[in-house]
Amino acid sequence: MADCACQGNAKDDLDLTMLSVVFEAHANDPGALIPILQETQAILGYLPESALREIARQRDIPLSEVYGVASFYTQFHQEPRGETIVKICHGTACHVAGAPEITRAITEELGVGVGETSEDMRFTVEGVACIGCCGLAPVVVIGDQTHGAVDGASARKLAKQLTRKATR
Amino acid sequence: MTEREDKQSISIQINGRQLDALPGQSVLEVCRDNGVDIPTLCHDPRLSPYGACRLCIVEVDGLRGLPASCTTRATDGMVVRTDTETVERARKTIVELLLSDHKIECLTCEGSGECKLQDLAYRHNISTTPYEGEKHHVGEIIQDVLIDRDLEKCIACGRCVRICAEVQGRFVYDTTGRGFDALPQTPFANPLSESNCEFCGQCVSTCPTGALSDGMRRFGGRTWETLSTETTCGYCGVGCTLTVDTHEGRVVGVRAPVGRGVNDGNLCPKGRYGWGFTHSPERLTTPLVRRNGELVAVSWDEALTEAAAGLSGIRTQHGPEAIGGLASAKCVNEENYLFQKLMRAVIGTHNIDHCARLCHASTVAGLAASFGSGAMTNSIPDLREADVILVIGSNTAEAHPIIGVELKKAARAGTRIIVVDPRRVRLADHAERYLPITPGTNTAFINAVMSTILAEGLADEDFIARRTEGFEELRAILEDYDIEAAADICGIPAKDIRDVARIFGQADSASIIYSMGVTQHTSGTDQVRAIANLAMLTGNIGRPGTGVNPLRGQNNVQGACDLACLPNCLPGYQPLSDQGTLDRFCDFWETEELLPTEPGLTLVEMMTAAAAGDLKAMYIMGENPVIADPDQAHVIEALEALDFLVVQDIFMTETASFADVILPAATFLEKEGTFTNTERRIQRVRKAVEPPGEARPDLDIIIALSAALGSELDYENARDVMDEMVEVTPQYSGITYARLEAEGGLQWPCPDTDHPGTPILHAESFTRGLGQFAPVDYIPAPEQTSADRPLIMTTGRHLWNFHTNTMTGHSPGLAELNDHGYVEMHSADAERLGICDKDTVRVTSAHGIVEVEARVGHESSPRRGVVFMPFHFADAPANRLTGSALDPQAKIPGLKVTAVNVELIG
Repeated sequence: MADCACQGNAKDDLDLTMLSVVFEAHANDPGALIPILQETQAILGYLPESALREIARQRDIPLSEVYGVASFYTQFHQEPRGETIVKICHGTACHVAGAPEITRAITEELGVGVGETSEDMRFTVEGVACIGCCGLAPVVVIGDQTHGAVDGASARKLAKQLTRKATR
Repeated sequence: MTEREDKQSISIQINGRQLDALPGQSVLEVCRDNGVDIPTLCHDPRLSPYGACRLCIVEVDGLRGLPASCTTRATDGMVVRTDTETVERARKTIVELLLSDHKIECLTCEGSGECKLQDLAYRHNISTTPYEGEKHHVGEIIQDVLIDRDLEKCIACGRCVRICAEVQGRFVYDTTGRGFDALPQTPFANPLSESNCEFCGQCVSTCPTGALSDGMRRFGGRTWETLSTETTCGYCGVGCTLTVDTHEGRVVGVRAPVGRGVNDGNLCPKGRYGWGFTHSPERLTTPLVRRNGELVAVSWDEALTEAAAGLSGIRTQHGPEAIGGLASAKCVNEENYLFQKLMRAVIGTHNIDHCARLCHASTVAGLAASFGSGAMTNSIPDLREADVILVIGSNTAEAHPIIGVELKKAARAGTRIIVVDPRRVRLADHAERYLPITPGTNTAFINAVMSTILAEGLADEDFIARRTEGFEELRAILEDYDIEAAADICGIPAKDIRDVARIFGQADSASIIYSMGVTQHTSGTDQVRAIANLAMLTGNIGRPGTGVNPLRGQNNVQGACDLACLPNCLPGYQPLSDQGTLDRFCDFWETEELLPTEPGLTLVEMMTAAAAGDLKAMYIMGENPVIADPDQAHVIEALEALDFLVVQDIFMTETASFADVILPAATFLEKEGTFTNTERRIQRVRKAVEPPGEARPDLDIIIALSAALGSELDYENARDVMDEMVEVTPQYSGITYARLEAEGGLQWPCPDTDHPGTPILHAESFTRGLGQFAPVDYIPAPEQTSADRPLIMTTGRHLWNFHTNTMTGHSPGLAELNDHGYVEMHSADAERLGICDKDTVRVTSAHGIVEVEARVGHESSPRRGVVFMPFHFADAPANRLTGSALDPQAKIPGLKVTAVNVELIG
């Protein structure tokens, strides 16, 4: 609709042409909203407002529906995220085995609260429900590496390694 | 409903009572039909069943657990209990859980008294919830224009989300977040004004708690303190039923009753929020008379004496033909009948017209010639019976929003909708096909469609043979019609024209809706006749889901026409050229002078005659020709040339500022009477509040002016006028106030008091006997683009504004939404001219110049080469640019095609 750019509602300023590959891949698949959101997030790192608007426009579905779906799944993120994601498991086993202590240690060391991203965009800390490896409880996942049987001290060590890597 | 009635009823036992039900009904519907009380929170009969709140749970023999009655179909032999202890206990627990996370502030909550959660707490004796736990803290009340949202009172029933999607088709909200955090929100929690919202307030109307409320109603009075008056909306021709809530003599809000009226509880922004003008401090509250060039306040006696003296003086000096009257499609039937009676019987002239001249004069002329009756042939509820609906030249979703709602619902139910319009109007989003036609070329399009239908054997030859005449002359035009040439004229590919012909021609029942995009042309009558041709060619007349359906613009333009506020006929469209008929009326009205058998002047002709000095005086009731009529400079010249002008209005309009005498009138909320809507339905208008100051209903003013002119009219009230009116208007013969009170609206023709009214015209035979085909072909509009003026300007309405913005512009909240003029352009045209959204541009036509804001890339963009201006705004009047070239038959001006140039300023 809005070809005159003066009206674009989105506040960010991203190049969305790189999403064309996503739209092309799903052109004949009417129910593909979730894969499209996943692939968009894989390209952009998160789902900015402009991308959700573009998806609604390209797919001719209401923006409210796109936003509703994106806000429902925890896998989708509408804010930019750090390069490294630190997930602290809060499943029952991990909780009993000391997840609160680990959380305290990691957030103190990184100076980043749960659900927050560091100012330099290097890491994001998340509290998650069960990761599915209760035998290793309590568990922290950093990037794609899973660390089992973590306690306060080892958690601090992991966090320190992370900040060192970041400053290097 | 009819479908259900055909089927055999089933029997179901509820609480020991054996009850009849219809197949397909839910258990909840059967209970409610039979007075069995079942509480609900997520249910609204306007929406599909949802089964979310679980309050409508019942016990059913043979079913496990407690099924929700709203989603459980009634089946034969079913045994249901609605009031067992188990059911009641479960309901109580649900309410307690809901209250555990609800901001309980009934002392100041606007929902209090209407709130279903409050009712349920009372019913189950819950003063405090036993469940303590986390509560939502989502911040302050969100106050958008007109609508307040307090999400801490939301019970997540989903009604706002669903009504916006299912009924309104706007999808403003969706449930966002998950689990405990799930709440209805706009995308990115943006304000409603940035979220596709139309501000219809449908979400407010369905919210069961105080989570959504009307901002203007805040602290305006508790619901149990307000008085409610049921009346008919005074905006467009749909004729929605309103419930007007008043407190201490002031309107505090407007609602609509679910299950009654043409709107079934739905309203548009104008209907729901456009009432503030009634209490505007700018209302005229005292009669004014011009003394030494200044308007001064005087008593009613003085004003009426002066008005009568002025009119009588001109009548004596120049004859009755030197006086003209403009009646009002905003006023009630009774007032319009009396207005034309005053002009004819007291003053002695047929110089009577009103704004119907500018909207559907070509319909009245064209359909009268084709069918014998110039009105919508079918009804609003009938639209859902159609397989295909062709919507041509009608911005239905904005100009007739509740018919728009019906069309969107029909589309969702499978009706194939084809929209033909120079702009991508909102309805296009719900249509199967949208064809962006070049303005003024409808006849070429329709003829090309008919030619294809004929060539492909899709014409209804049987209908043509039995019901019509004159087809051979049309066949001669259609048989070798050049579809490629027509495609070039219309700017629509020939393939699309053929596709539409097949979709329309193959349908069992196809309906045509049209409006000003067809009528406001110098060839408007021909275009209407082309549409009538198409309906007759395919036999789509006189059956459910068919017909030729012109949508009338004003609330009572149908009634004002029916009651002969027209220069060429007498009430009920009886010919004044017939001496016998005219004599009967003269006898009945006891006129002193005989009236001529020649028609009087039409609206635009009156202006020309005034400018030429032939028309000396005018009496204008509730019309604003300075803004509404074409060629503003010419209208102003005409009004200035008049010796004497009486204007009767609710505001000091642009027209009133030229008056010698101004008579302050009442709004539709301040008077009694009837309106006739676009589907010929006569409905009651009831007084909700008193007029301000000394303002009076138009009926009282006309009676008083008539008396001042020496002719006493003996009416106590509007009902007396109706009783007289129906005696001389055959279509209205069976209408009485008693029937309107008891039965709701009645559709004319209603020939006697036992007649139920007529939803579908021309069922057995046409009003004129046989349908008359007209061999019409495309005639180019007089204004053509040139190098100097390369664009075509077309005009129209916006959803949030009405006519000359007199009412909407004085209604707080609504007035803010769209408060100044603009010109919409296609982005390609704008780019070529270096114009961006919100730039100021100069629009120049042969008739005038307007400087105005450009809108580029918004909803409803016009096609390339076309620009659009709404005609509402005095700051940028579209009608300063339009010309007054007329349709030779209907004398309607060609408002929809004006050649213009657009340039960037500065």
